[in-house]
Amino acid sequence: MTPVAFTLWSFGASIVAGVVGSLLGLGGGIIVIPVLTLLLGVPIHYAIGASIVCIIATSSGAAAGYVRERMTNLRVAMLLEIGTTSGAISGAVIAGVISPRWLFIIFGLVLGYSALAMFRKRHEITAEVVPPDRMSDRFKLHGSYYDEAIGREISYRVTRAPLGLVLMYIAGVVSGLLGIGSGSLKVPAMDLGMRLPIKVSTATSNFMIGVTGAASAGVYFSRGEINPFIAAPVAAGVLLGAWAGSHLLGRLQGKWIRLLFVVVLLWVSAQMLWKGTFWR
Amino acid sequence: MNDHEISLSPTEQAHRVRQVELLISRLLRIGVLTSLCIIVLGMMLSFRHHSGYRESADELKHLVSNDAEFPHTLPQVWDGLMQLQGRAVVMVGLLALIATPVLRVAVSIFAFIYERDPKFVVITSLVLLLLLLSFFLGSVE
Repeated sequence: MTPVAFTLWSFGASIVAGVVGSLLGLGGGIIVIPVLTLLLGVPIHYAIGASIVCIIATSSGAAAGYVRERMTNLRVAMLLEIGTTSGAISGAVIAGVISPRWLFIIFGLVLGYSALAMFRKRHEITAEVVPPDRMSDRFKLHGSYYDEAIGREISYRVTRAPLGLVLMYIAGVVSGLLGIGSGSLKVPAMDLGMRLPIKVSTATSNFMIGVTGAASAGVYFSRGEINPFIAAPVAAGVLLGAWAGSHLLGRLQGKWIRLLFVVVLLWVSAQMLWKGTFWR
Repeated sequence: MNDHEISLSPTEQAHRVRQVELLISRLLRIGVLTSLCIIVLGMMLSFRHHSGYRESADELKHLVSNDAEFPHTLPQVWDGLMQLQGRAVVMVGLLALIATPVLRVAVSIFAFIYERDPKFVVITSLVLLLLLLSFFLGSVE
């Protein structure tokens, strides 16, 4: 393969990663890392470096549209970012103390269970009645957005904000320790825990992952793991894909977003269980 | 703090919230477009300098190998930029992309001051502080 062909291949795969990542609120690493390492023969540390760039590009590329359309709940995002950033710092500090093996197994099971729970409520648009939550009221977290697929404004009430913060802290620790699950833990936490509509959950997760991604990108840059030859086509492709995806989310039915997310969740869960079981 | 003294009328509040959403959206779009243009420019420079990139498969092995050469400190990026190296230009674009979310958090602090929302001014400042702390911890490691 010539360098030009490599650039075109990684660019094309990254467009797909950008579309999927922006629709589901994930970083897109689940697509970019296997394509780079298995198909294109890139060393794993450069692939991880490129996937960090991929997370930030997915986030910023789609967020411009999501914020304008009020699909992102900015207040929920900001509040929960306290949890994710402090979690990521704790994760970096305790790395080496806890064996990743059991974390992989525990979170493989957690994600598998989340997939099941999300599959069960696939027909739900917004929760009918949510338990009242003083924190959500005090921080004025409730919101509304215009759903293009349904053709009307959807208002929703947020609940269990303290639980959301705790879950985000755990999500931050885990993605700091294991390097996967930047969005796959956040979306179920908002969807199942705080009862945000699925589109708001993915758009808000999409908004948040950029911040945590930027925090770790500095480290990868100074370690020399962001190789510009690899990261450039990834960044360009993901930005285009995420921009396209952000125009798609409004029109797709929530049910399809949930189903697509369940499939990805099962995949990530299986991957984690595999790594935990065959840990050396 | 006296909440009723600083509060705005509900319509003015809603108007300002909307203004802030549009500002953040625009900031993200500018950040993304700027970095995309710089990255594409850098890629074009690389391909122009190295005609071998179109034919030679050996060139690729070198570019993605563990001892590939590229700038990974700010002074190195600056030096490469002075020589108009494509990879240094790409790096500037990637750094702009990385800086965009950080800038977004910083701007949000002022946005919440404008919305007269002291709770969220504190929350956002805390997020920025944690972000900078993680940068600091990362560089110590």
